[in-house]
Amino acid sequence: MSNISRDEVAHLAKLARMAVTEEELDTFAGQLDQILDAVAEVGEVAGDDIPPTSHAVPLTNVFRPDEVRPGLSQDEALSGAPAAEEGRFRVPRILGEEQ
Amino acid sequence: MTTTVELMDYAEVVERYDPVLGLEVHVELSTNTKMFCGCPNSFGGDPNTHVCPVCLGMPGALPVVNGTAVESAIRIGLALNCDIAEWCRFARKNYFYPDMPKNFQTSQYDEPIAFDGHIDVVLDDGEVVRVDIERAHMEEDTGKSLHVGGATGRIHGAEHSLLDYNRAGVPLIEIVTKPITGMGERAPEVARAYVTALRDLLRAMDVSDVRMDQGSLRCDANVSLMPKGASEFGTRTETKNVNSLRSVERAVRHEMTRHAAILADGGSIKQETRHFQEADGTTAAGRTKETAEDYRYFPEPDLVPIAPTREWVEQLRGTIPEMPWERRKRIQDDWNLTDEELRDLVNTGAIDLVAATVDAGASQADARSWWVQYLNQQATSRDTELADVAITPAQVARVIELVGSGELTNKLARQVVDGVLDGEGDPDQVIEKRGLKVVSDDSALLAAVDEALAAQPDVADKIRGGKVQAAGAIVGAVMKATKGQADAARVRELILERVGA
Repeated sequence: MSNISRDEVAHLAKLARMAVTEEELDTFAGQLDQILDAVAEVGEVAGDDIPPTSHAVPLTNVFRPDEVRPGLSQDEALSGAPAAEEGRFRVPRILGEEQ
Repeated sequence: MTTTVELMDYAEVVERYDPVLGLEVHVELSTNTKMFCGCPNSFGGDPNTHVCPVCLGMPGALPVVNGTAVESAIRIGLALNCDIAEWCRFARKNYFYPDMPKNFQTSQYDEPIAFDGHIDVVLDDGEVVRVDIERAHMEEDTGKSLHVGGATGRIHGAEHSLLDYNRAGVPLIEIVTKPITGMGERAPEVARAYVTALRDLLRAMDVSDVRMDQGSLRCDANVSLMPKGASEFGTRTETKNVNSLRSVERAVRHEMTRHAAILADGGSIKQETRHFQEADGTTAAGRTKETAEDYRYFPEPDLVPIAPTREWVEQLRGTIPEMPWERRKRIQDDWNLTDEELRDLVNTGAIDLVAATVDAGASQADARSWWVQYLNQQATSRDTELADVAITPAQVARVIELVGSGELTNKLARQVVDGVLDGEGDPDQVIEKRGLKVVSDDSALLAAVDEALAAQPDVADKIRGGKVQAAGAIVGAVMKATKGQADAARVRELILERVGA
């Protein structure tokens, strides 16, 4: 049985930049528990001989040749931006530190 | 924002504590295109001109892996004596930051393509230290931010920021060491030597520009201290923004002295990112590190797994060149060099140039002398790297050949080299244009000899009287008269002939 706490939901919401109300914290905690339990059932069925699957298509090694392909012009790239300056995307002040 | 930081004297630090290092090196691959799209991978360019829907993180755009980048990743892994995964996947590392348009970095998490390797690092005094490699994995670079407003162009006090995504999606290999322990006072030197060895290796493999100043090779240095004799690691800090080999050493040393002062004072180290400040060699606090869980890694659903066949891996193993330090050792043996001579070659960056000059027919002693001495001086005075001076090893070999055959004196040879460096063409063209051939016509030389002897009859008498060494003064006068274009040995012969000595 998983047990997701309200605090964990609040932390996740913060990481995902989601505004969550007090009531939603309770709702989501319960729902996330159910989801985790459902996923855990899969683990009970899968034996050690079953490789983890993240794709429904059994393909590997899909590569692209290292050749330049045309992309967007600067104008095209910036056309959907709410704000641009000097050919760059303009974003609000970044809080916190440089990466 | 100036705060006084207490530092412990370095000698005391290493007496009381054992440093533990962990080095993370990011290498930008020099592929033609980005990791997951066909945009050009090149430094600079007008902002946002090397972009497309994939690297801008537009909804619905799908990545496709660059096969050459995977090949480079495997080759780097093999060169670092790693195992290559039989099957591995990409993963999404989720966090929000404006330089990352997708709001996640496509990286690898628990399934790196290469793992469990090592590299033998040679320190300045020849001691060899084995650094164990934890993993090397594939990921992508971020865009670049320009902070506007505020006094220094830095993030503090900036009013807004401008983003250029030309670099977003450039293939990166992150190479992570296992904890490096037991190095004591040599820890900072080991850190520098390790990054130097990696740089040399990557350059020899031709997989990256490895320019620390341009960010194509970046090192994050994790440092912690534990009291002497303890076995449990202390809390670490991760120092970023370390932009030169020398800075790697300075940053590690600074963090050791800073940690020690805090620990000795009964304080505790905060696990955080710190920024190296080139100007004074100190570090400043950055953000508190997020934990791995906070990144909510999960397998990348838009990319299929990579399963390198063993045949492919073995074929790539065959392309790994001789390691630079092995090559240096071999060259030292082949050329019979002292440690000091080898160090001169390595420090001036002349080793490949000398080797190429020898391949073009010159003797190693002549080739070494030209590159390490005259050309190195010229590089310095022209403010360029030795490798970038405007003369090829073949041209240097030609000059050496002409000196050997007596067609050029050393002095003339330097003028020929100057001409080549000044863009006047290859050595033979410079000789032609500047009229630099040795005067080998005896009649022309004899006239100059007679003139010089007549001008200094007392010297002529001395030579005649058996003082052969006095001929030097006449040789000098003839060389001066012929503007250095005479073969001094031949002039000497002619003088002795003339006076009948």
